[in-house]
Amino acid sequence: MSARDWQGLSISAVLLALAACLPLLGDDYYLTIGVTIAMYTVLATSWALFSGPTHYISLATAAFFGLGTYCTALGIENGLSYWMTLPIAAVLGALVAGLVGIATLRLSGVYFVIFTLGLSELVRQIVTWAQNVSGQKGLYVLTEITEAHIYWQLLGLGALVYLAGWAIGRSRLGFALRIIGDDEEVARHSGINTARAKVLLFMVSGATASVVGGMLAPRYIYIEPSTAFTPMLSFLVVIMALLGGVGRLWGPIVGVIPFTLLWEAISASFPNQTTLLLGFSFLVIVYLLPRGFVGLLEGLRRRVLQREAYA
Amino acid sequence: MSAPTVLSLRGATKRFGGLVAVSDLDFDVTEHEVMGLIGPNGSGKSTTLNLISGALPVTSGTITLRGTPITALSAQAIARRGVARTFQLVRLLPSMTVLDNVRAGAVFGHRRRWGHEAEAHAMRMLETVGLQRRAQAHVGELTYIDTKRVELARVLASDPKVLLLDEWLAGLNPTELEEGIALIRRLRDEGLTIILVEHVMDAIRSLCDRCVVMSSGTRIAEGTPEEVLSDPEVIRAYLGDDEDA
Ligand SMILES: Nc1ncnc2c1ncn2[C@@H]1O[C@H](COP(=O)(O)OP(=O)(O)OP(=O)(O)O)[C@@H](O)[C@H]1O
Ligand SMILES: [Mg+2]
Repeated sequence: MSARDWQGLSISAVLLALAACLPLLGDDYYLTIGVTIAMYTVLATSWALFSGPTHYISLATAAFFGLGTYCTALGIENGLSYWMTLPIAAVLGALVAGLVGIATLRLSGVYFVIFTLGLSELVRQIVTWAQNVSGQKGLYVLTEITEAHIYWQLLGLGALVYLAGWAIGRSRLGFALRIIGDDEEVARHSGINTARAKVLLFMVSGATASVVGGMLAPRYIYIEPSTAFTPMLSFLVVIMALLGGVGRLWGPIVGVIPFTLLWEAISASFPNQTTLLLGFSFLVIVYLLPRGFVGLLEGLRRRVLQREAYA
Repeated sequence: MSAPTVLSLRGATKRFGGLVAVSDLDFDVTEHEVMGLIGPNGSGKSTTLNLISGALPVTSGTITLRGTPITALSAQAIARRGVARTFQLVRLLPSMTVLDNVRAGAVFGHRRRWGHEAEAHAMRMLETVGLQRRAQAHVGELTYIDTKRVELARVLASDPKVLLLDEWLAGLNPTELEEGIALIRRLRDEGLTIILVEHVMDAIRSLCDRCVVMSSGTRIAEGTPEEVLSDPEVIRAYLGDDEDA
């Protein structure tokens, strides 16, 4: 590891420790926002692990999230301990992502986007149908887990995702994904098993979203398909990740924090205008920030450095 | 003939809808030879390379590498067996430096390397093509000839046994052309087997041991460059087309 790696690692550890102190403030409102931010940070960062280098826009986050939520809820109902349900959610998420990946990653561009959107809807319909057959409407998730516990768990998962992202970035797999993102034809002709690399990363992000869903299940108390599989979640994750920038590991969080705060403020004062914010953010990203805040910051830094060089 | 056959095509055919781009093509390439694959525009040369490299599946026919069929293999499997290619329209990795472009070949090719070993190997390949001083440049800053050099260095970094060059010498000025020809000759002397798709006659004459001439997807002649270039049918095929040769 280089000196820069150590520096990055220690800065991240300090920030993580600071973030972990939030529940100690004892303010419920801040804690709720903290959970939302932590949740979207994990989701958007793991989404970007796959979509950043490959440029495949996945709208399947809600499918994996809902899968995890139901996995935890059903597990608890059937007598499993909460802690057992999280690894099961991870394995299930990875498996489904693997199957979906094998079936769809040959699809290019817009077809993949549509398929992943359809997937969330499909899973939701299946769950709804299964509930109707069994005569249940929703599920109660009753645990001892508090909001602060959920927050700390999400922070821990976030740390794992960052470590995984860092390790992948330095590995052959990460290099392979960058090559695939640049030119898939070159990747194939360089001897890269492009399908395997993409499926592996899709599995990582699917498993992560599924575990997040599991961790959030106790917060909902009562879950039904429409809350667990909301398509809005998939869109929000994509927007926040793109707003921050997917070219860097720390990009998505730079989008998640301001967006969540803005979202909270708008839904508090103008609850009907959140969709407007969503649409507006899309426009801003497409027209003004194609590489997100990260691209903006790096562009500024380059300009400053150049000016210094000429001065 | 004593040299073993490295690559052979039997009845290789590629159809695009109604168009037969390559039709029932047979040829063999023997070890350490430079085989020219020539013919007028649109005669199916690039498509033939695409079939060999696995970029496109054959419609029918077989392709074997040292006696093992590779017809149904994916491009990455064929690359790992030591068949590497350049593209007629140069393909680089636009977000990366010159060195990283070449590392791509060193890391994932026929022989796989990582870390310092891959980097040192990539640097050696850049030296081979004369680009070692541009290692940290971004590929967007390169001149046309230098992009071709980077692509060749990437391909060479994978330690190929068989090299497919699709008009790699096209568009070079006379000095660059001379350097390019010398470079390809050196690669042959180092033991590579090369299929050279080319329109530049000087290069064909001075490099190729043997040529296969294609026209409208079929083989119309085969032999030494002198033989095929004086073959009346070949001359007709070239003149019949609006060709600069
Ligand atoms: N992917 C494709 N889809 C449809 N038709 C194609 C495709 N690739 C090539 N062709 C057609 O096949 C024929 C042979 O093309 P090919 O590129 O192999 O010719 P070529 O000999 O390499 O020509 P040139 O000297 O101009 O590079 C042409 O008519 C071309 O239009
Ligand atoms: Mg061609």
